[in-house]
Amino acid sequence: MSTTTKRTREALNDALREEMLRDETVFLMGEDIGVFNGAFKVTNGLLKEFGEQRVRDTPISENTIVGMGVGAAMTGLRPVVELMTINFSLLAMDQIVNHAASIHYMFGGQVKVPLVVRMPQGAGHQLGPTHSHSWEALYLHAPGLLVAVPSTPADAKGLLKSAIRDDNPVIFIEHEYLYGQRGEVPDDPDFTVDFGKAAIRREGTDVTIVGISRMAVTAARAAETLHSEHGISAEVIDPRTLRPLDLDTILDSVRKTNRCVIVEEGWPHGGVGANLAALIQEQAFDWLDAPIGRVTGADVPMPYSKPLEQIAFPHEPQVVEAVRALFGE
Amino acid sequence: MADPAQPRSLPDPVAAREWLQTMILIRRFEERAGEMYAKAKVGGFLHLAIGEEAAIVGCARALREDDYLISTYRSHGHTIARGSDPNAVMAELFGREGGLCRGRGGSMHMFDLEHRFMGGYGIVGGNLPIAAGFGLASDYLGTQDATLCTFGDGAINQGTFGETMNLAALWKLPVVFLVTNNQFGMGTALERHSANTDLQERGQSFGVPGMRCDGMDVVDTYEVCKEALAIARDERQPVLVEAVTYRFRGHSMADPEEYRTKEQVAEWRERDPIVTFADRLKAEGVIKDGDDEQMDADAVATVDAAVAFADASPFPAPESLYDDIYVLGDQLQGWYSVDERGAGVSRGEHLGK
Ligand SMILES: Cc1ncc(C[n+]2csc(CCOP(=O)(O)OP(=O)(O)O)c2C)c(N)n1
Ligand SMILES: [Mg+2]
Repeated sequence: MSTTTKRTREALNDALREEMLRDETVFLMGEDIGVFNGAFKVTNGLLKEFGEQRVRDTPISENTIVGMGVGAAMTGLRPVVELMTINFSLLAMDQIVNHAASIHYMFGGQVKVPLVVRMPQGAGHQLGPTHSHSWEALYLHAPGLLVAVPSTPADAKGLLKSAIRDDNPVIFIEHEYLYGQRGEVPDDPDFTVDFGKAAIRREGTDVTIVGISRMAVTAARAAETLHSEHGISAEVIDPRTLRPLDLDTILDSVRKTNRCVIVEEGWPHGGVGANLAALIQEQAFDWLDAPIGRVTGADVPMPYSKPLEQIAFPHEPQVVEAVRALFGE
Repeated sequence: MADPAQPRSLPDPVAAREWLQTMILIRRFEERAGEMYAKAKVGGFLHLAIGEEAAIVGCARALREDDYLISTYRSHGHTIARGSDPNAVMAELFGREGGLCRGRGGSMHMFDLEHRFMGGYGIVGGNLPIAAGFGLASDYLGTQDATLCTFGDGAINQGTFGETMNLAALWKLPVVFLVTNNQFGMGTALERHSANTDLQERGQSFGVPGMRCDGMDVVDTYEVCKEALAIARDERQPVLVEAVTYRFRGHSMADPEEYRTKEQVAEWRERDPIVTFADRLKAEGVIKDGDDEQMDADAVATVDAAVAFADASPFPAPESLYDDIYVLGDQLQGWYSVDERGAGVSRGEHLGK
């Protein structure tokens, strides 16, 4: 399979372009996605290529543009709505949770909502308390939504293509830090990545580290350090999608390593790790040699000031420290 | 809006000079903030209001001391015009403990209770209901305070706009909504985001009358806002004012500005609110040649001092991470935060204690 080195934003752009070429019902809506080419340039060039019918600049009206996506999806189109950051998706929470997530169920399965809502999350750019959070846990909470959290350019592309082709509403969570990161991406326009299949980023025998979104990258770096400096062999798992969740791969790994640390950027209360730790201990308690560890973002609104922000989300040393603690180090 | 051929008369000379001085200070402050951003002293998103100084000073000066002003993420000028110490505003941009909000909020989230600058908000349209809430409180408490809420042309399309207009009118709240129409919401031009581009009209069907002012003219902005505030305060009738203006710089520091032409920017720059006001003050003998240069030198000195102050102000201490999440009191027993940032788990509030 031939590949090309791409940045995540380019891989996402390719996915959008390929799916728009493949299926005429796929169209894009969002604030500044057209003339401005996207706040993070993911939709770069698409207005020029596809025109205003299919690449629609919208007013700043998050709840309504997502709601229009719901309506268009119910009647046969495949809208992809971009929200500038996950913080602004809270304005659309009503359409996402009360409507998109529930419609198939509450109308007895008569109608589908093949909608994708894309948004970036994440701290590190000093955008302060209204622009920097990581909220995959909020969307994971709602039955009816699929949730993707890709961490590599190839996964970003393959999962976005799958998301667009899927008949369920998908919350597609990108990460601001990852947009500029490079990786090998398959050239095949039929390349997709399935939802519900975790990626084992690194095999190991002593501990399982589950990293979500950007934290999959941080976890992989921590695993290198654990190996080279502490002689600990870590297996790193990136679930890639949180709904559906490839719990079996995680459980198999924990039964092998007998230890587990879950790393996420969001808040600890009701976090992805809290949820996952419960699921793991319910099913693999007898295999655990230590309590399940969690590394999360700080339990605060994201501060602007750089030194505070930097200590408010996890970095490699905290992951190393959390893993070593499970070995009594 | 006044007839351009017959400009409104100037205020008294002391006020006129102070308005010019404040506009120049805001301009110099913004320029320096941009330079500090380029030097990575300032991070995040930085939205400058260069070009909009008349719209800022005109509305701020129409307020009484006890009135409330509330704005957006483009509000360094608003808080300075309200009387905030430029040192503290710059220190906020630098993310320092000496900042207006102790470095927690940054450029997009200014706040100065003492001067009744009730905040810059990073969520477009998020400040509108809050402004109506200030109006509700004034009404409830029977005070004579009014509120002036600034927001952008882009924000007028948020659902909060219509919802807030209706409630403010229904409950007769003393609020002036000032839509700062700088022709763009980020890279989207007014006529591409709004079907009705006559923004001052947009409140009418809700029962909120509209007025328009020339946002490039500080006197016109002042007079129209003054009149609107009088209606809001005395007749308990919210008013929507549209200030027609233009931002000379990009939306934020990261903006290639491909959505507008250099010619359009140059055309508006011809109407620079500071230059035109200074010229008028000279023509009418309120200031003489050289006075504006002196004002400029003073503004630069103030900004120099602000940068020095900000640079000397310490960064927040790591152990202050969990400060101010809650108002502490007897009810706050037990864990109020969970620190899971490394090995084990602890109470965030115990950090460093
Ligand atoms: C709810 C929400 N959506 C989107 C954004 C991103 N955003 C920040 S400013 C802006 C444009 C706002 O334009 P306007 O209201 O005209 O104000 P201006 O920036 O021109 O002062 C956008 C889309 C945001 N901050 N909040
Ligand atoms: Mg605007």
